[in-house]
Amino acid sequence: MSGGVDSSTVAAMLKDQGYDLVGLTLQLWNQRRLAGHHGMPEQVQGRCCSIDDVYDARRVAETLGIPYYVVNEQDRFERDVVRPFVSEYLAGRTPIPCSLCNDHLKFDQLLVRARQIGADRIATGHYARNEYDPERNRWILSRPADTSKDQTYFLFGLTQEQLSRTLFPLGSYQKPQVRDIAAQHGLALAAKPDSQEICFIPGGDYKQFIDAYLEEQGESIPDTSGELVTTSGDVVGRHGGIHNFTIGQRKGLRVSSPTPLYVLQIDQASHRVTVGAGAEATSASVRARDLNWISIPELHDAMRVRVKIRHRHEPAPATLRMSGRDEAEALFDEPQRAVTPGQAAVFYDGDKVVGGGWIA
Amino acid sequence: MDANATTPLLPEVLEAMRPWLLENFGNASSIHYMGQQARSAVERARTSVAKLLNCRESEVVFTSGGTESDNLAIFGLVQPGDHVITSSIEHHAVLHAAERLAHRGLEVTFLPVASDCRIDPGEVRRAIRPNTRLISVMMANNETGVIQPVEEIGRIAREADVWFHTDAVQAVSKIPLDVQAIGCDLLSLSGHKIHAPQGTGVLYVRRGTQLEPLFFGGTHERQRRAGTENVAGIVGLGKAAEIAKNSLETGATSGIAALRDQLESGVLTKVSGSGVNGAGQPRVPNTTNLYFSNLEGEALVIALDLKGIAVSGGSACASGAAEPSHVLTAMGLPPERARASLRFSLTKLNTQQDIDEALEIIPAAVSRLRELAPVNAGTLG
Repeated sequence: MSGGVDSSTVAAMLKDQGYDLVGLTLQLWNQRRLAGHHGMPEQVQGRCCSIDDVYDARRVAETLGIPYYVVNEQDRFERDVVRPFVSEYLAGRTPIPCSLCNDHLKFDQLLVRARQIGADRIATGHYARNEYDPERNRWILSRPADTSKDQTYFLFGLTQEQLSRTLFPLGSYQKPQVRDIAAQHGLALAAKPDSQEICFIPGGDYKQFIDAYLEEQGESIPDTSGELVTTSGDVVGRHGGIHNFTIGQRKGLRVSSPTPLYVLQIDQASHRVTVGAGAEATSASVRARDLNWISIPELHDAMRVRVKIRHRHEPAPATLRMSGRDEAEALFDEPQRAVTPGQAAVFYDGDKVVGGGWIA
Repeated sequence: MDANATTPLLPEVLEAMRPWLLENFGNASSIHYMGQQARSAVERARTSVAKLLNCRESEVVFTSGGTESDNLAIFGLVQPGDHVITSSIEHHAVLHAAERLAHRGLEVTFLPVASDCRIDPGEVRRAIRPNTRLISVMMANNETGVIQPVEEIGRIAREADVWFHTDAVQAVSKIPLDVQAIGCDLLSLSGHKIHAPQGTGVLYVRRGTQLEPLFFGGTHERQRRAGTENVAGIVGLGKAAEIAKNSLETGATSGIAALRDQLESGVLTKVSGSGVNGAGQPRVPNTTNLYFSNLEGEALVIALDLKGIAVSGGSACASGAAEPSHVLTAMGLPPERARASLRFSLTKLNTQQDIDEALEIIPAAVSRLRELAPVNAGTLG
């Protein structure tokens, strides 16, 4: 329970259905921790794990009359989410902390904790559907009724064991309905705004966060400054570090050009950042590693899928086949913009999640 | 089994308080009859506390609790340029107050402890400097129950002509307590740890100790603590002090010690990989700090609570999540052991049946936690 409207409503719905519930909130990050470091504001209006959010979650549990506890997972969150997030950026990739958090905290550690204290399953406020398919003998993750809130992209890493112990009660609801249900239950937070940004980076300035975090850790930012080059190899400028760029980025290149320039490639070894015109910024295919399969046990033959390569990407039709021991390649019907290492490629068959992996 | 966190109001205490919450609502500073009634109730309570501590009535200052008493002792006595000696196992009310002094530029020595959780008086003596103003060492540790050598430290302080404060919040009512024997100048106690209401406390201030108040206003508490007296709370505290003194004199605490020892040896026998933190030292009779290998204490606290056993592990941070105990950390326990340790603390209201039930529930809960620990979780890894 994050103290937001979604997980709070899940608690209310399951209580109505007669489940024996225990509310848990993960304390993941101390928002005040980096206050004052490297230009971070002294007063932080954080969204995640703030005392206000815990207070809201506790109030919901009281209203519903269920036991409630805060579980301290700050050490694990830093080790499994924050540190990898920082090192991925420093290596010129664009990480997705939400997927790391789902894989390592919410559906791993939290599930372990829940089972340890006697629970059979966990329920979360994610917008996704999870149903057992007896024919395939598999748990199938699929897109929710409210496609604008679809969170399946962040859930592709869930194992069959994890899915078998997880409920997503919001999968068949529209967000406005969820707010109505919250209001009907007298939950004061029914009108609380949605969270959008990365929870531990209030304001969303991840570069400032990285600077502040490294300063706090007494580490210096590795010098990854280098050249900005065009696809034909012409040097058009210099940059201050590869962590300032993400594939497909247009703003902040500080290069004058008659046509808009986009970041096409970030070379970790030479620190060279390649820029080019929009037409050049597309890829015919995407390769994904560290695969997890959901609707199928494994991929043998080529399969027609739709591939989603970032959270706000409309899945694109492609043909998927294995290209290595733990690597698959999707050949797009139409080339796609901004295929970005560090992001996930998630494969869909209709609304069903076939599986996914990390973009190489 | 979390009496070191708080204790329930005894029925006799509530009865003593009741008139002062209802019909006798006078302000103890008023000249009129109702005020005089309230005044005499406050002063009767002061007498009860003075008897418990073996001090003069005028040396008893009523406060809002242990934290205020500790803060009043420390901030009331210390001046810029002073040196303060305290320990690394104090309650946060002392520890954070002392850290605040250090932040303001005063010199503060935080004495270490060994794994026995006992402060070495020799270290106290060696830490004294010409500008040492105050020594603050607790009487009994809240997490392990280990009793500190306060009488010896009191002697050292007197010889060096340094003020000595002891936080006796976890000792009061559990062991006999005599400010003359301890030789302390200041002593804190809290009402709700001895079956009086929350929001009540006492600072004993030896006659002749010049104390700057924390609160300014009226002349209450001999100008040491401004603010209208919490008459009902003070009456409750007085009653609880009276009951505590009787219990100590009639040996009622030995019953608690027997239950604690049974719980402790029962766990050690029934749960493999368990141990006692702070064993082998004199402890208050109600407390044991138990260690369970290969699990996280936080999960065990929740699992036991869902089975009806309330215990604590570490200290709660602002959100309510548990943080590793600074006391166990100061004792040099590795972080995984500190995180795998829980405090069980009893009151005289605990029964044999409580202990029997706990000795059924704890081994089962520990087994489940260990089976499902991440290292053993197989496919969940």
